[in-house]
Amino acid sequence: MSDKTPDYNPDHNSDHNVIDKTTIHKIAKLARIEIAPEREDALCGELSTIISWVEQLGECDTAHVEPLASVTGHSLPMRDDVVTSGDDPDAVLSNAPEGASHFFVVPKVVE
Amino acid sequence: MTDVSSLIEGRTGKWEVVIGLEVHAQVSSQAKLFSGASAAFGAGPNEHVSLVDAAMPGMLPVINQFCVEQAVKTGLGLNAEINLFSIFDRKNYFYADLPQGYQISQFKQPIVGEGSITITLADGSTRDIGIERLHLEQDAGKSMHDQHPGKSYIDLNRSGVALMEIVSRPDMRSAEEAAAYVSKLRAILRFLGTCDGNMEQGSLRADCNVSVRRPGDELGTRTETKNLNSIRFIAQAINSEVARQIEIIEDGGTIDQETRLFDTSTGQTRTMRSKEDAHDYRYFPDPDLLPLELDAAWVETLRQSLPELPDALRTRLMDEFGLSAYDAGLISEDRDTAAWYEAAAAGRDAKLVANWMTVELFGALNRMGLDLADSPVSPDQLGKLVERIGDGTISGRIAKDVFAIMLEDGADPDQVIEEKGFKQVSDTGAIEAMIDTVLAENTDKVDEYRGGKDKLFGFFVGQVMKASKGQANPNVVNDLLRSKLNS
Amino acid sequence: MSDILAMTAVAARQALDNKSISAVELTEAYIKAGQDTSENNAYVLTTPDKAMDMAKASDARLARGDAGLLEGIPIGVKDMFCTKGVETTASSRILKGFVPTYESTVTQNLWQDGAVMLGKINCDEFAMGSANETSAFGAVINPWTASDGPLKGKALTPGGSSGGSAAVMAARSALLAPGTDTGGSIRQPAAFCGLVGLKPTYGRCSRLGIVAFASSLDQAGPITRDVADCALMMTSMASYDKGDSTSIDAPMPDLMAALSKARNEGVKNMRIGIPDEYTIDGMPEQIVTLWEQGRQWLEDAGAICVPVSLPHTKYALPAYYIIAPAEASSNLARYDGVRYGQRVEGATLDEMYAKTRGAGFGDEVKRRILIGTYVLSAGYYDAYYIKAQKIRRLIQNDFHQVFSDVDALLTPSTPSVAFALGDEDKDPVSMFLNDVFTVPANLAGIPAISVPAGLSSDGLPLGLQLIAPALREDTLIEGAAMLEKAAGFDHVASGAAS
Repeated sequence: MSDKTPDYNPDHNSDHNVIDKTTIHKIAKLARIEIAPEREDALCGELSTIISWVEQLGECDTAHVEPLASVTGHSLPMRDDVVTSGDDPDAVLSNAPEGASHFFVVPKVVE
Repeated sequence: MTDVSSLIEGRTGKWEVVIGLEVHAQVSSQAKLFSGASAAFGAGPNEHVSLVDAAMPGMLPVINQFCVEQAVKTGLGLNAEINLFSIFDRKNYFYADLPQGYQISQFKQPIVGEGSITITLADGSTRDIGIERLHLEQDAGKSMHDQHPGKSYIDLNRSGVALMEIVSRPDMRSAEEAAAYVSKLRAILRFLGTCDGNMEQGSLRADCNVSVRRPGDELGTRTETKNLNSIRFIAQAINSEVARQIEIIEDGGTIDQETRLFDTSTGQTRTMRSKEDAHDYRYFPDPDLLPLELDAAWVETLRQSLPELPDALRTRLMDEFGLSAYDAGLISEDRDTAAWYEAAAAGRDAKLVANWMTVELFGALNRMGLDLADSPVSPDQLGKLVERIGDGTISGRIAKDVFAIMLEDGADPDQVIEEKGFKQVSDTGAIEAMIDTVLAENTDKVDEYRGGKDKLFGFFVGQVMKASKGQANPNVVNDLLRSKLNS
Repeated sequence: MSDILAMTAVAARQALDNKSISAVELTEAYIKAGQDTSENNAYVLTTPDKAMDMAKASDARLARGDAGLLEGIPIGVKDMFCTKGVETTASSRILKGFVPTYESTVTQNLWQDGAVMLGKINCDEFAMGSANETSAFGAVINPWTASDGPLKGKALTPGGSSGGSAAVMAARSALLAPGTDTGGSIRQPAAFCGLVGLKPTYGRCSRLGIVAFASSLDQAGPITRDVADCALMMTSMASYDKGDSTSIDAPMPDLMAALSKARNEGVKNMRIGIPDEYTIDGMPEQIVTLWEQGRQWLEDAGAICVPVSLPHTKYALPAYYIIAPAEASSNLARYDGVRYGQRVEGATLDEMYAKTRGAGFGDEVKRRILIGTYVLSAGYYDAYYIKAQKIRRLIQNDFHQVFSDVDALLTPSTPSVAFALGDEDKDPVSMFLNDVFTVPANLAGIPAISVPAGLSSDGLPLGLQLIAPALREDTLIEGAAMLEKAAGFDHVASGAAS
C-alpha cells in the first residue's frame, strides 16, 4: 500500500538511521525495556523510519501557534476534600506478584 | 551586594556561600491531591491507598479543591503572584515508590509565581529572600529496606499526598539565613493553616542547593542535598557542604553537580547520584487533567480572608504593645505563642509580660522539656503575677519565687503570695522603723555617705531589704531612705 | 435460532418486551454462536455462567416491567475495559492474570441498563494496531472473505484495534460491542466488517476504568449492526463522570429522536462538506466511487454538499504518531511488575523492571513506548511533542473553520478494504496509513461515525465516514441514517453464525 500514498510516506531512500544503537540503549534504559541484542538493528531501522516520517511536520509553519493544552477547552473540575476510599489493603494487594504483611515487595533498592 | 559579614575565610582567601532552598510542605488536607484516600500520617501499610494511588489500570486523577485553595492562600501569604492559569505536568521516572511511573507536578506553568519572605537574623537585621515559585505535586510512597535482606517493602500511604513545593531564589548567604528562612516560612504556613509544619513527621522537608564562589565571581557549581527534615540538619548540612566544597576547590579540584544525602549520624553529606545518572524526566502536560483555571474574584476573596501573618503581627506587637523588635520577633514566630502572649498581656504592662514570658517562662519550659501548650502557668496567671509587681504587692525578686511555686503546682499567684506571706511591705511606718535601725547600726557609713560617697546608697537599700526579708517595697524604701539620709 | 441471531438489538429489545423471546433464550443463542465461531479467535475469555445469571435477572426485570434500555442484550466487551472480577489484560502478556476489583464506568452503564456480558474480546495489545495482529492472544480472523480477486481464500484482518469486537459483531456472536478508538480503532474495524462504528466527542464516555493508551485521544464508543443500534448503545454508554476530569458535563442529544427525524424528514438543508484533502493519491478507484456515491445519496436526501478545505490534514497522521506514543510511553509506565500483572524477576529493581517490560510487552507496544520516550526526551521535546501539539491546534482550527459553514463532513472511512492477515508490509509506517482518515477526528476531539456503504468488487465491506462538530452526535446519527437507508447494506459475513 505504501506505493499508493506517496504524500504520507517516509523517505525510504534514506539509509541514514536517525536513531542509532546508542540512542536505542538510552531510551530503552529510560523506558526500562530490555531489548534483545538481536533485535537492536531492526529496531534502529524501524524507529528511524518512524522518526524520519514524522519529521515532515517540520515543513509546516507553526511559529505563531500555541500548542494545544486540551481538546475540550474546559477548565479542570475539582472535588471536595473528603476521604472516600482506602482502608482496604487486601484489595490493593490482591493482584500483587509479591507481597508481605500488606506491603508490596520488590528486589532490594540500594540508596 | 556581598554582605562582607557572611563571607567565609578559607586557606586561600574569602568565599561567598550561595544557598537556594526547595521546601516541600504537605498541604493540611483530609484527602490526597488526586484521590479520595486519607492523607493522615501513621496508618498501617497500604491502608491509605486508593485505586488511583496504586496506579491501577484505567484509574484517573481528580483534583482536590481544598489543596488548590491552600496553595493559593500560601502564595498570597508569600506576597506572590497567583497564576490564574496553570498546568499539571507528568514528571516521568521509574522508582519502587512511584506507582504511576510519573509524578503529577507543575513544571512550566505553576499555580504561584514570584514572591518574597523577609527574614530576621539574630542581630535584629532583616533580609528579603526571593521566592521563585510554588507548585502543587504528589508525594511518593515509601520504600523500606531493612525488613528483608534481599527485598525492599513498599508502602503507598504517602503516594499522592498533596505537597506544595516552594522554591526560593539563591538569595541566602549562610546557614543561619537558611535556617531563618525555613523558620519564617514554617511560621507563615502555620499562621495560614495550610501546612502543619511538622518536620519530624515529614510534613515539611527541604532540599538545599549550595555552591561557593569568590566574592563577585559567577555562581559556582552547586550540589543539592535532599530531604532534610529539621532546621538543625539544614544548618549542619549546609555548613558541612560549604566546608567540603571550599576544601575541594582550594585543593585544586572542582565540584561535581550532583545530588547528595545528609547522614544525620556523621553530620556530613555524601553522594546520592551524580550528574551522569541525572534523570531525563520527560515532562509533558498530564493529558488526564485539564488546565487549572482560577477565578480572579475567588482569589480576591481568599486574599481578603487571610489571617494575620507573622510580619503583620510582629509590627502590631511593636506598635500596640511597645515590644522590642527582638521580643516581638520571638513572640510572633508562632500563632499560639502570640495568642498566649496577647491573653497574658491584655490590660497589663505588656513589655513586662513579654519580658517574663520570653525569659522566665520560656527558660523554665525549656528546662522542663515542655511546649507552651503544656505550660503549668496559664496566660492569665502570668499576667496577674506581672500585675502584682506593677501594683507593688510584690517585688520583682519575690515574683521569681512566686513564679517558681506557680510552675510547680500551677497555683494562682495571689494564692501563693497570700499563703506564703510574700506580700510586700509598703507600710511607711514599718519601713521607717527598719531604716532607723539600719542607720543607727551603721553610723560610720552614714557619715561617709553624707561626706559624698553616693555609692553607699545601694548598701543601705540592701540592708533594709534584708531586714524586711525582701518584702519591703523597694520604691518606698528608696524614697524614705533618700529623704532620711539627705535630711 | 437463526431468526434470533438475525435480530438487531433494537428488534431484540422489542421482542423481549413483547415476550416473544426471553433474555435467557437470547443469551443461550449468543453463547452458542460464540462457540460455533470460536475459530475466529475473537473471544479471549467467555463468561457463560455470568451471562446466564445476568440473563435470568433481566428476565425477572422484564417480567416486573422494570426493564432497562439494553435489558437482556448480550454484549462482548473489548479487553480494554476493566471488568470487576473478570480478568482484564488489554490483550497483553504483561497484564496476564490481572483481575480488577472495579468496573469501568462505561461497562457499568451498560450493566445498569440491563446488558448481559458474554465475555472479553480480543484486540490489539493496549489497542495499538490496525489489524488486531499485535494481540498477545494472536490475530483475529475477519468473518468476511473475499469472493474474488487476490484476497480470495485468504484469512483477512478485521482491522484494529477493536478487531475482535468487529469480528464478534460480524460473526453474530455478540449483539452489541463497546470498542475504544484512539486513532480509528472503532471506525476502521467497523468499516472492514460491514458495521456501524461511532467515536463520540472526546469526553462523552468516561475513560475511568478503561486501560489507557493515549489519554487525550482515547474514547469509547459503540460497534453495532446498524445505525439504530448505534443510537441506542451510544445513549447507554455516554455519561458525565466526576471520576474522569476530562468528562464533559453536557446532555447527550436525543439520538433516537434524531434517528426518527431523519427517517421521516430526510436531512433537508443539512450542509455536508467534502474535504479536498481526503482525496489521496493512489486511493483505490472503488473507494473514490463510493465516496462520490455517498455524496449523491445525501444530496438525494435533501443535503447540500459543498467542497471544503482542511489544509493541515496532511500533518494529522505524523502528529498523531508523536502525541499518541508520547502519552502511551507515560501511561504504560505503571506496568512494572510490582502491583499487578506479570513479573520477571531480576537481581535489582531496574533489572526486574526491564525484564518484566521487555518480556511483557509485544514489539509494536515496545516500538511505540520507545518512540514516545524519544520524542519527550531532553532536547527533542520541542521539536517533536510541542510541534505536534501546535499542529494539533491547527487541525482543530481547520475543523472549527469548516464547521462554521457545514454541519458535517463526508469522507471514506479507510483508504483500503480489509487486507490479508500477515500480508501487510512490515514497515510500521505503512500500517499507520490505515488511520489516515480517522485520526483527525481524534486529534480534534470531535465525533465521527463509520457506516457500511457497499461491497468492493471482491465482496468486502466498505465504509463511509461522517464527522461532526463537538457534541453533535445527533447530526452523525441523522446523516448515517440517510447513508444506511440509501446504501441498503444487508450483506452478511460468510463467517457469521446461523
